[in-house]
Order: sequence, then structure tokens, then C-alpha cells
Amino acid sequence: MRHTISVLVENKFGVLSRVSGLFSGRGYNIESLSVGETIDPATSVMTIVTTGEDLVVEQITKQLNKLIDVIKVVDFMEIDHVEREMVLVKVSPRKDDRTEVLQLAEIFRGRIVDSGPTTYTIEITGDEGKINAFIELIKPFGIKEFVRTGKVAIGREGLKKAK
Amino acid sequence: MKKSGAEILIECLKREGVKHVFGYPGGVVLNIFDVLYDEKDVQLILTRHEQAAIHAADGYARASGKAGVAIVTSGPGATNTVTGIATASMDSIPLVVFSGQVPTLLIGNDAFQEADIVGITRPCTKHNFLVKDVKDLAQTVREAFHIATTGRPGPVLIDLPKDVTAGSAEFVWPEEVKIRGYNPTYHGNKYMITQAAQMIAHAKKPVIMAGGGVVLSGAAKELRDLAEHAKIPVTMTLMGLGGFPGSSKLSLGMLGMHGTYYANTAVQNSDLLIGIGVRFDDRVTGRTEAFAPHAKIIQIDIDPTSIRKNVRADLPIVGDVKNVLKDLQKALKELKEQQWGAVRNAWLKQIELWKEERPLSYSFDKNVIKPEFVVEKIYEVTKGEAIICTEVGQNQMWAAQFYKYDHPRRWLSSGGLGTMGYGFPAAIGAQFACPDKVVFDIAGDGSIQMNIQELATAVINKLPVKVAILNNGYLGMVRQWQELFFKERYSHTHLDTGNPDFVKVAEAYGAVGLRATKPEEVEPVIRESLKIKNKPVFLDFVVDWKEKVYPMVPAGASIDEMIFEEKEEKKEKKLKAVK
Repeated sequence: MRHTISVLVENKFGVLSRVSGLFSGRGYNIESLSVGETIDPATSVMTIVTTGEDLVVEQITKQLNKLIDVIKVVDFMEIDHVEREMVLVKVSPRKDDRTEVLQLAEIFRGRIVDSGPTTYTIEITGDEGKINAFIELIKPFGIKEFVRTGKVAIGREGLKKAK
Repeated sequence: MKKSGAEILIECLKREGVKHVFGYPGGVVLNIFDVLYDEKDVQLILTRHEQAAIHAADGYARASGKAGVAIVTSGPGATNTVTGIATASMDSIPLVVFSGQVPTLLIGNDAFQEADIVGITRPCTKHNFLVKDVKDLAQTVREAFHIATTGRPGPVLIDLPKDVTAGSAEFVWPEEVKIRGYNPTYHGNKYMITQAAQMIAHAKKPVIMAGGGVVLSGAAKELRDLAEHAKIPVTMTLMGLGGFPGSSKLSLGMLGMHGTYYANTAVQNSDLLIGIGVRFDDRVTGRTEAFAPHAKIIQIDIDPTSIRKNVRADLPIVGDVKNVLKDLQKALKELKEQQWGAVRNAWLKQIELWKEERPLSYSFDKNVIKPEFVVEKIYEVTKGEAIICTEVGQNQMWAAQFYKYDHPRRWLSSGGLGTMGYGFPAAIGAQFACPDKVVFDIAGDGSIQMNIQELATAVINKLPVKVAILNNGYLGMVRQWQELFFKERYSHTHLDTGNPDFVKVAEAYGAVGLRATKPEEVEPVIRESLKIKNKPVFLDFVVDWKEKVYPMVPAGASIDEMIFEEKEEKKEKKLKAVK
């Protein structure tokens, strides 16, 4: 099973290596990882996407919690949440296709962040499925390169609270 | 008034109540050693190798229950500590290790004697620090001791760049430590504890499996109260020896790969297994799918990662073993019906039968010394009151089987990592912690040569540490596996032709060397060694090289698939049973 785990950590040097070392040392998978500061500059959040049997993921969250610099671990599997990632795709379509590429970007609510004589660089944000779909659709037009961020996730506020 | 970093460090050690520090000097720790030169309250014990300094600090910690402390230099000094730190980490031993580091401005430049020791020790410490500013030093030391000694204990390393110990700052001792990411759970969940009490009350064939957590938590008394009150037999892991009296009628001895027949059989037949401070290591469980097949498992541990890591747990309780056992005992006493009397008697009787069926035994020989006989004699002569350290291999298993440990912190052995060369320096540390106790290192001729240079440390400090070398001329445990599973192809396990004369080695260092080659010489030699009060003694016991550790569960087998000593041998020689 695939799990998205959010790890609140002390913003100290070496924390990333403690976390990534834990995964490599114990043979856990990391599919993606993204790190950024939180509202409190003394802490960061790492969003880690990992796969494993339930028992393995249980060990992963426990082992993460055991690290002294880890303040909180949330496995989004059990929680209603929003996930987003971003991709930057550099496309070099034939001249005839340029309009279609722009339309496609628009359908996906993408933005053109750079354009060269023969290329467009398109920024798309969304969940994994949307990004995969966009890449599949744009592929025939000639992708020069693309870069994807890791996933970030945040819990949804419950409907009850909204009332 | 400002103090130098080195002075702050030593002041912190005093505040933490540290009396003994094991270490080795070098370029970047000169400032610290200079302060130690005039220091009266903190004694530095110079070992002859940094690895031994860590093992000595570890032995000190295991024998005393306090954190062991070591100071080494950067680069090779620091990397030499890795085996010792990993040893302590696997066995959850509290250590605080200070390593020197090149000046902060040179870090990352591949400077002389630079090693990224924080990176290297990250996976084998509970936590580690690099101090970049002398102002943070006192706070860091305070946190390090707190982390090392609380929760599930473990080693902590502090890397000290030269400019930090040379720099100066106001000394401020933080009275409180608060680390927001570190909040061990000390008390077990009340509901779970009442559930556990119910399960115990209704079990017909319960077994307690006690591990190192019992010793670390200081819960030997609570465990004994519980076992005696609820009439539950207790087996111990290697790390748990001494956590429950080995000579008690309820004791099943050690379980696992070289565990007793009755311990393994009891576990396999139990309907309730109560794991206390254990992590279900593979040497204990054998094939996990076949482990305790009929039992519900209750697991009590302070470290949540120990639970459900290797085997299932039907009822996990996270908390400090001592607290949980107290609460559990209370919950048991509150139960109105305690109908276990008759039911348990049948179970205990069955266990007695298993004990009679196959006791721990070996074939005594009047011409050649059996290693088990040596351990038995050490037990008799020291009346079970000695602190026993071991190396790793056959010596360790015989010391676990044939010496009965009635008290915690008398059994010091590298259980998790299995570090050869551990025992002798650990014995030195233990002797510093307990100057009035008899300290033995039960060693093999292979292991002792991994830290034999520590004879110098023991001689200089007039330590009466005894090293009983069960000298079979082989790396015995590996040889045993080669004999049983590799067609007697003894690849690189024969040491005899290269072994030194251990008596002469001891004498060359100014220690005492004694030798026994016949069974009747064993006891006199042990008695002789006990008369020597101000020097280490090497006791060279030339033992039967063919002797193997039994019972034995082959790797990957279920723990009731045990191999025993061959019967042919039994017919020839008088079977000597140990009870």
C-alpha cells in the first residue's frame, strides 16, 4: 500500500540525513520526498511517499517518531487530506502543434512559465493523477525534459467544523 | 566569569555526577586533556585502544546503571569507537561519547584526522550532536545525558570541534531539559493493563519471557513479585539473565538458539507468552512463523518500535517495564477470583518433568577439561556472586548456560551485536564501577586477542580482573557450525598454531598468568586467582577442542527443533547433570 506521511521535524542540519538514512538503513522505500519550512522557522515539514505492507508502514511511522528531531508524524492514509505536486514540462512541439499544446495546458490549468523559439515550459499543479494524465497527453508533442516536485499533503478541515 | 569550552565540559561532567571517564588523547582534544591533568573529581582512565575505551564505559554502565562516558580524539580515534558504540546501541546501554573534531572552519576540507563521525555514527547512536558554538556546549551535554539515560537507553555522541573546546563562554547550567521531539511513555495504558491481568488470570500455561528491559528498568523485584504471585515460570533472553533469579524454581533459564530444552519447550507449548522488555530477536525466536504457535502474546516495552517488529503482539503495552509490572501486579491483586492455583500447578509440574527429561548437561571427562566444567567451577567458587563478562561465541553461551545469575547487572555480554573483544575491557569498566566485586571475563582464545592490549590498562590501575580463557585453539562457535553444517571443513578457524603463550603474555605486561590442563587443576587455579587482589590474572584453561554448545537450534529452524549432544558420547562417559 502507498502511504503519504507528513513528518514535522526540528529545522536542524542533518535532519534530512537522519530521516533518509532511516529509510535506507532499514530497507524502506521512498517514492518521493519534499521538505520545506513551516510557519515556525524552527521546524520543517517533510512529506514522504512510501510503499509497504501495513506492518512495515507501522514500523516506519514508529521509527520516525523515535528520532529525537522528529516532533510529529502523520500518516495521511487514515485522514481526509489534499495532495498536490507540481511539474515543469519543457515541450518542443512542431510549429503546427504549438496552439494545441497551449490549449492542452489551458485545459489543465497550466501556466506557461518560459517560452523559447521552439519550446514552451509549462507549469502544472495537481494531484498525481492529473499530472500523469497531462504528461501522457503532452508526450506525443515532444517532451524535451520534465521535473516533478515531491508530493505535499495537508489535512482537510472536517465538515462538522465548517458548520 | 568565563570558562573555556574544555572547562565547561568537565564542569558539566561533574554536574552529571561522572567520576570515571575512559579515553585516549589526540591533537584536537588536547584542551580537554589539559584540564583533566589537574582534575581531582573526574578521573580519566587511559585505555590502549579507543574501542576498548567505549567497551569499558559500556561495562561501567551495565554494572552501575549509570551512563558510561568516554573521550577520544578526531578521525581514527573517533572511528575506532564505532564498534563499541554499535555494541552499546544494540543492547540499549547508556553512553555519552565525546569525540574531538577539527576546527569548525576546517570541517569538510578533508583536514588531517578529520572524519564525519556524526554521519558515521548516525545509525548506531540514539542521537548525536555536533557542537558549533561553545555557548551551546553545556545545554548539549545536558541533553545528551538526558537522552542517553532515559526512555530506552542508548549511546549518544557529541562531536567537539577544537575551537569549541578552546573557545570561552559563560557557564550556564540548564536545570531543566525539554526536548519537544522526545517524550518517552513511562506509564502503560490502564485499560491494556487490566486486559493483561485478565489474560494472565485465565491462562493455563503462561510463560514470562524477560529481556534486557527488565535489567535496564531496574524491575527485577517487580518481575519476581509478579512471577511468584501469579505462579508463572520465567525464561530469559541472553540480555535478560539476572533479571530474574536463575536459581529460582520458576526459572527456565535462557531460551532460543542455545536455550534450555525446557525453556524452548515451555514457550512452544504455552497458551500465554508475556514478553517483558524483549525485542524478539531472531536468536530467540528461531523461525518466527513457528514461534509460540499456541500462545497469545502480551508485549511490554518502553520502545514502541520493539512491538510487532518481529512477531505478532496480541496485547501491546508501551511503558517503562518497572511501572507497568507494578500496575499489573496491582490489577492482578484486584481480581476477585484467582483460580490459577490448581491449573498452574499442573503446568509447573509439566515443566518440572521437562527439566528432568533433559537438563542442561555435558559429558564430564577426567582427562581433559570440559569448558562447561570451568564455568561451573567459577560459579561454585564465586558462589554466584561475581560479575561475569563474556566475549562472544562458545565462551559466551557456556557462561550463559552454566553460571546462574541471581541478580541484575552481574552479567555483561554483547548480546545484539555479538562483539568479540568486548568482555575484557567491559570487565575493566565493571571493576571501576564495582571495586569490591570479583569480576571475571569468560573468554575464548580468539576473542581475548581482540583487545588483549588492555592488560596494560588493568595492570596500571591495579585491577584484579580475572580472564578465564577457555582455550580450545579454535574460533569455537564458527568451528562448531563448520563441523555440523560444512562437512568439518575448518576454513580459517584454527588458531592454535598462532596463539601466544597466554601465561607469558600476562607476565610480559606485569600481570599474573596461570594455566590448567587437567580437570583437577581447574578449581585450584580459580582459587589461586582470587587471592590476587591488585593485578589482573589470565587463567589459561586448555580445554577439549571438540566440545560443542548444546542444545542448538539450527538457523532458520523452529525453537523446538533442537539438536542435542550425540548419544554415543553419552554412553562412554558419565553423564553429568546440572541442576
